[in-house]
Amino acid sequence: MSRTISIEPVTRIEGHARITLQLGDSGQVEDARFHLTQFRGFEKFCEGRPYREMPALTARTCGICPVSHLIASNKACDDLLSVKIPPTAQKLRRVMNLAQLVQSHALSFFHLSSPDLLLGWDSDPATRNIFGVMRQDPELARDGIRLRQIGQTIIETLGGKKIHPTWVVPGGVNEPLSQDKRTAMLGLIPEAMDIAKRTYQFYKGLVPRFRDEASHFGNLPTMFLSLVTPKGNLEHYDGYLRIKDARGRIVEDMIPTDEYERVIGEAVEDFTYMKFPYYKPMGYPKGIYRVGPLARLNNVDACGTPYADVALAEFRMLQESGPVASSFHYHYARLVEIIFGLETIERLLKAPDILDTRVRARARGNRSEGIGVAEAPRGTLIHHYRIDDDGLMTWMNLIIATGHNNLAMNQGIRQVAEAYVDGNQLQEGMLNRVEAVIRCFDPCLSCASHAFGQMPLVIELRDPAGQILDRLQRG
Amino acid sequence: MPLPAPQPQVRVVTLKIDGQDVSAREDETIIEVARENRVPIPSLCYLEGLSVWGACRLCVVEIAGTDRLLAACSTRVTEGMQVITNSERLQRYRRTIVELLFAERNHVCSVCVSNGHCELQTLAQRCGVDHVKVPYRHARYEVDSSHDLFRLDHNRCVLCTRCVRVCDEIEGAHTWDVMGRGTDCRVITDLARPWGDSGSCTSCGKCVQVCPTGALVRHGTSVGEMTKDLKFLPYLSRRRHGQ
Repeated sequence: MSRTISIEPVTRIEGHARITLQLGDSGQVEDARFHLTQFRGFEKFCEGRPYREMPALTARTCGICPVSHLIASNKACDDLLSVKIPPTAQKLRRVMNLAQLVQSHALSFFHLSSPDLLLGWDSDPATRNIFGVMRQDPELARDGIRLRQIGQTIIETLGGKKIHPTWVVPGGVNEPLSQDKRTAMLGLIPEAMDIAKRTYQFYKGLVPRFRDEASHFGNLPTMFLSLVTPKGNLEHYDGYLRIKDARGRIVEDMIPTDEYERVIGEAVEDFTYMKFPYYKPMGYPKGIYRVGPLARLNNVDACGTPYADVALAEFRMLQESGPVASSFHYHYARLVEIIFGLETIERLLKAPDILDTRVRARARGNRSEGIGVAEAPRGTLIHHYRIDDDGLMTWMNLIIATGHNNLAMNQGIRQVAEAYVDGNQLQEGMLNRVEAVIRCFDPCLSCASHAFGQMPLVIELRDPAGQILDRLQRG
Repeated sequence: MPLPAPQPQVRVVTLKIDGQDVSAREDETIIEVARENRVPIPSLCYLEGLSVWGACRLCVVEIAGTDRLLAACSTRVTEGMQVITNSERLQRYRRTIVELLFAERNHVCSVCVSNGHCELQTLAQRCGVDHVKVPYRHARYEVDSSHDLFRLDHNRCVLCTRCVRVCDEIEGAHTWDVMGRGTDCRVITDLARPWGDSGSCTSCGKCVQVCPTGALVRHGTSVGEMTKDLKFLPYLSRRRHGQ
């Protein structure tokens, strides 16, 4: 008798989602699906609005990573203006983007995932949260909260607000940096670096304990997509697209971001509101690829900053050869990127021209199509706009970082469900592992649905007739 | 509804506003006298220097001896009048009026170029509008972005007609007008032609400066960047009317 297990909603992720596991007659997992259950319709309701509203409007897709949307949207608007923004403005935008990377990665690692890593997947769900971590390891919890606070403080110092700042505008930024603000931000870096290095060392020692999880948590042979600098180094703001295959060979390189449509296609399935981007030349669904911290570190030749490059070399030792394939190591990659982010913020803030007052290029809509691509914490983010002669939006396409990972997340939950879920003896810890694989990707579903909130988890086992056989409730 | 020009010889009357004894010329309106005496009365369509319209009803006050609420902008003071400008009932009415304005069209402050510099937003804060209790209409209104310098967003228009009056009374162009009724009511330029095609518009921008919301804005402004300057209005108005 086949049955379906439904995990709804998935907890400790950003947004609403449901996971269904289809069980066969003997209780083994036959299929697993990740459903995004909200529809928001940004691409539609933005039509007819002035393009200058897009940075603030599209940033409302998310409260965790609004800066990423702000950056990608403003880059698309820069493209519409046909301007090259002043170099200081570009540096300032980079600082904000990296500060967001630091705070978002800190949220993912400390607040959302560390309860599993520290307390175990089978621990009591009532304490398997950031408060449980506080009791178990108060210093780690304090570090996490402080690191996130530092990232948020840098965003606030630059943009006036922690969430949804409006300081980044088409053509640059709307206010130059003052010496006081620069000094204040630089003063935060040493403490943040200490936390980042301490956490990295701690996690490096912890990783060998998770060999079993690492081999089953989305350990998939997929391609990887990310931005890289012209030299092939780690890049989060600009640069070119690079795609590597599962064996680490470069498949596509130095693709200008405005040619993304040449390599990325989007498929739609009827069981979820999230689209399925795929590598076009391979077709759907064979063109599966991953984005985000794991993909970025697999794709680059180097980070380009001293401590992060050492950490990158150690990251690569997680696998004997080829790219690091297990999605479990997204956590590791995040910690490397936090170090990179802080090192780069410091370098940028110490640049001699960072206080330059020429920070905005002014123009009006000079072309009808604009594309903006940046690396959000969760991966490559693409904003693509078309406007009419009066500057009103006629068409919009957003390819969200989480969306790129959709195929991989579906395959990842199937893999972990096959390894851990026994339909005859349902235990909460089994299902938590299924959720945990999703947490590895740190999906931002509010963005991917272009929804927010958190509700108690309900898991139901139903027979083919829809009758509830078993039910687990959390929260 | 232009008020007659002040007469050279008018009587002085005495009245009470919120219990305070005040004196005023008999050709003054309640809102003028209240503001002269630093008694705040909220308003939206009323603007010193323009004729009185009396449309928004935010300046309603209670007057002893009548159950009706009267608009302070279009009611003249009289001898012995007792005016209440701020009662629980008035607060409730004003709050409801602001809520209805928010529900009628799509005023989304967070993405508006006038965010932080908007009279409707400030009014909502002063009136304590933390929720809108009536259902939003979510009707779709057009954005006219055809003008070279300015943009009109009907979604953010409250139909105060300040633009219509300043264009007619101060600039003298009468580019703006009002058409339609009820929810179809909207401000138009030159018999409903796109603003960019208007033959009468002098592109002076006065309409943009007097607009209390983000309905009329300058091109090239991003969220929160549109600030307005009304300093020009009192002296231009005095010159226009030969005072």
